[in-house]
Amino acid sequence: MGKELIMLVHTSGHAFSIEKALKKRDISCRLTPIPRKVSSDCGICVRFDPNDRQKVETFIQTLPFDIQGIISDDET
Amino acid sequence: MTTDKGIIILDLNSFSREFIQANLMIPDMIYLDNAATTWPKPESVSEAISNAINRCGGNPGRGGHRLALAAGELLYEVRERTASFFGCKDPFHVSYTQNITMAINLILRGLLHPGDHVLISPMEHNAVMRPLKAMGISCDILPGGTDGKINPAEIANKIQSSTRLIVICHESNVNGIVQPLREIGRIAHKNNLLLLADCAQSAGHFPLNIEKDNIDFLCFTGHKGLYGPTGTGGVIFSSRVDTDQVMPLIRGGTGSLSESYDQPDFLPDRFESGTQNICGLAGLNAGLQWIEEKGIENLSRHGSELIGNLRSGLQEHPGIHLYSGEGQVLSITIDGLDNGTAASELEERWGIMTRIGLHCAPLAHRTLGTFPDGTIRFAVSPFTTEEDIRICITACKTLAEESWAKN
Repeated sequence: MGKELIMLVHTSGHAFSIEKALKKRDISCRLTPIPRKVSSDCGICVRFDPNDRQKVETFIQTLPFDIQGIISDDET
Repeated sequence: MTTDKGIIILDLNSFSREFIQANLMIPDMIYLDNAATTWPKPESVSEAISNAINRCGGNPGRGGHRLALAAGELLYEVRERTASFFGCKDPFHVSYTQNITMAINLILRGLLHPGDHVLISPMEHNAVMRPLKAMGISCDILPGGTDGKINPAEIANKIQSSTRLIVICHESNVNGIVQPLREIGRIAHKNNLLLLADCAQSAGHFPLNIEKDNIDFLCFTGHKGLYGPTGTGGVIFSSRVDTDQVMPLIRGGTGSLSESYDQPDFLPDRFESGTQNICGLAGLNAGLQWIEEKGIENLSRHGSELIGNLRSGLQEHPGIHLYSGEGQVLSITIDGLDNGTAASELEERWGIMTRIGLHCAPLAHRTLGTFPDGTIRFAVSPFTTEEDIRICITACKTLAEESWAKN
């Protein structure tokens, strides 16, 4: 898989909630362990295609909780 | 009917026929202790627990491998289902605990401070009374009728300047009386108070909506009317509650903010330290799904009709006193007969399992005038049949007549 964007969330439950919602919107994503360089959390992050960034960012505005941020795979 | 293995199958109505599968290996048994914990559970509950152990064996929220993800997905699924079941729009406002006692302790200990005053119903359980006493919190009992039902019009007179919380046992575990939660909550909010609803019995018996019913802390257990296993329960926070005002009961690993020694302040991690009971919650998920499929109104009607039958069958009998509410519980006493002796006789002669004594609710029994001897409690479930109730009526009448003849 090419370079993906990585969405960092506060807690794993948020990742499952986001994955479910993105898939409902036909935006493919996957959950993986968090790269150690970006977070000490034991949990997971949401990876998605950079081409979907706009759609994902629009979706994030509708969430009832905050996310930590979106970074590029290059930054890890 | 008797099978070729000599096992007796009770004659069940069609509503309950599917449930009896779980009963096949235990003949001559009538389980009427469903207010303590429901039994049997829908078959799908044990299947879900087994599936969770075998297929979702990782630690939810810790690690990103397939088994951890499977466990995490399952945990999120039950969280969504629980929230939806209780009319909560945000699944992360559900915090799981090991039972409702822990959920109630979480709120009382996490919210209240020295000097706060609390109003309680006259039917409270020791899950409320003991923490309040240990914390030294002053409380007043809301006046109720002889059956323990509160008149909401009398609440305002009891409110003090230091009153912060009203605690209400929604459906009594002693006599099944159901309190007018929505009206109590309306009065609480009008007076800037919060409402904690102990829904140990009522969850699964009545449709509950945390927002519309004006509840702030909806405490529930998974193993009674929600048909999950023991070891499951929790609290749901309404959108009105500032959860920063509630201190966690325990602190520890959450899989988040792992570099810090501080507890996360976001939900659900603020209140869910340590590995969650994923197998138990898988069972709770199946129990909730089963209720959705059957329809909570249908299940509730079945229980109410059976309790109605029991009440009708016993109410005119001399020597039997009824302490009857509106839920799915009926308490009785029999003149001249010790409750413990009655329970032994009921099980040995008719296979009827009951719960006697104070039911961990001495305040409720004081309200009903049955302290300290308590009562004999019958509690039904969707698995209880009309035949079970007919046998129970016959058994109680027989015991009452035998007691009268002896005395």
